[in-house]
Amino acid sequence: MKVDKASRYTRTHEWVRLEGEEAVSGITDYAQEQLSDIVYVELPAVGEHFGKGEVYGVVESVKAASDNYMPVAGTITAVNEGLADEPQLVNTDPYGAGWMIRFKPDDPAEIDQLMDAASYEEFVSSLEGAH
Amino acid sequence: MARKTELYARHIALNGRMIDFAGWLLPVQYPTGPIEEHHTVRRAAGLFDIDHMGQLVVRGPDALPFLQRVLTTDISRMATGEARYSLVCYEDGGVVDDVFVYRLPDRYFIAINAANVDKDTSWFRYHIGRFQATVENVSEETYMLALQGPQAEAILQKLTPAQLDKLTYHRATESKVAGVPTLIGRTGYTGEDGFELFFPREKATLLWDGIMEAGAPLGLKPIGLAARDSLRFEPKLPLYGQEISATINPLEAGLGWAVSFEKGDFIGRSALLKVKLEGPARKLVGLEMVERGVPRHGYAIALDGRTIGEVTTGMYAPTADKYLALAFVPPAQAAIGTEVQVVIRGEGRRARVVKTPFYTPAYRR
Repeated sequence: MKVDKASRYTRTHEWVRLEGEEAVSGITDYAQEQLSDIVYVELPAVGEHFGKGEVYGVVESVKAASDNYMPVAGTITAVNEGLADEPQLVNTDPYGAGWMIRFKPDDPAEIDQLMDAASYEEFVSSLEGAH
Repeated sequence: MARKTELYARHIALNGRMIDFAGWLLPVQYPTGPIEEHHTVRRAAGLFDIDHMGQLVVRGPDALPFLQRVLTTDISRMATGEARYSLVCYEDGGVVDDVFVYRLPDRYFIAINAANVDKDTSWFRYHIGRFQATVENVSEETYMLALQGPQAEAILQKLTPAQLDKLTYHRATESKVAGVPTLIGRTGYTGEDGFELFFPREKATLLWDGIMEAGAPLGLKPIGLAARDSLRFEPKLPLYGQEISATINPLEAGLGWAVSFEKGDFIGRSALLKVKLEGPARKLVGLEMVERGVPRHGYAIALDGRTIGEVTTGMYAPTADKYLALAFVPPAQAAIGTEVQVVIRGEGRRARVVKTPFYTPAYRR
């Protein structure tokens, strides 16, 4: 499993990182691997506001559909239009070309309260151990 | 508790992702992923562990008239070494199972669905009545592998003395593969050329390893259940429990070609004849999404805010490269080009009735 050191993580397997005033978010390498081949991503409209933990979109794999949760509260400023034709980018480059949303966080400091890469790795290994 | 097949350790070694399917632990996919596995079968070849499938053997002087009564297809003119698809119906026309019947020199061999083994065995035996025939469930001792794809013949020919170029579509022969006595059928459920192999269970790893080794230079890969489903979906091969079931009759599912009204009486004939004369109440159609979204099994079909049908199978179809579904709709909405909606997470999304199959099978006839 790959992690991005510059990102913070949720227990629902989203990553988020600040890039200037805006934050970028997507799903983690662990999440994409669990989901397997991703065939469709549904993203919100620019300008929509979501609270922390609210469902902003859906990612569908060959197997099933699953919700994407807002890592912290914010307003959508851009979505990754490229995923419409190439949803597999989420599989091949989850922290890069497979990003899902850019948003303006209500309170950027909220991001620092999420798990860092090391804590997220520990969290995932605790899940794996539970199997 | 789900059962392991003889090849469980092979699947684990290949990092297969194991799931419980009809009471069996089987790989839903390997690390390459279901879409790549799908393409591998269309372009090269794939090997499937399908030991969950069941098999019955029917023998006796009345084996033919008995099967003519239980099956919907006319098998009276089947040649020795021929295989044919058939349905088994209830009196009301609902489907007990869909099966492949092989006529062999001394017996009929019938491949049946995993989830229906006990039900089929009871059903066949119950209807023996005064026929001089026996029904034997040989599922335990029989192993089943499928080798499918354009390279299947070249791979299998390395391992068998049988002349595979002479074994045409839906023909079968009893020969040897890697020295193991095997019933080789030029059959399958992927829309590709290929073979299904039946042999003694204890030889499973021997054959699996032999085929994998012979196939490696020709691009052979192991294939999981997810790709098996997309491969059968594109050529519109029905799956029991989805396109056909106890409450769906063959004429609704577009399988009238597997029902012979001319052969004499069979179980379900009068009910099906009534359906044929009156026309089915619903029809299985192909749908292509006009608005984006993934249609899935069980999703409602709507028109003007009213539910008119249901998706039986839907997915992103890898070879067609489209979001497609098979769905039941009323006959009035079954014409090509008709627009309906697929209800995805509470929201109706536009879809259009299109021609099926979504993929024209590449069989060698």
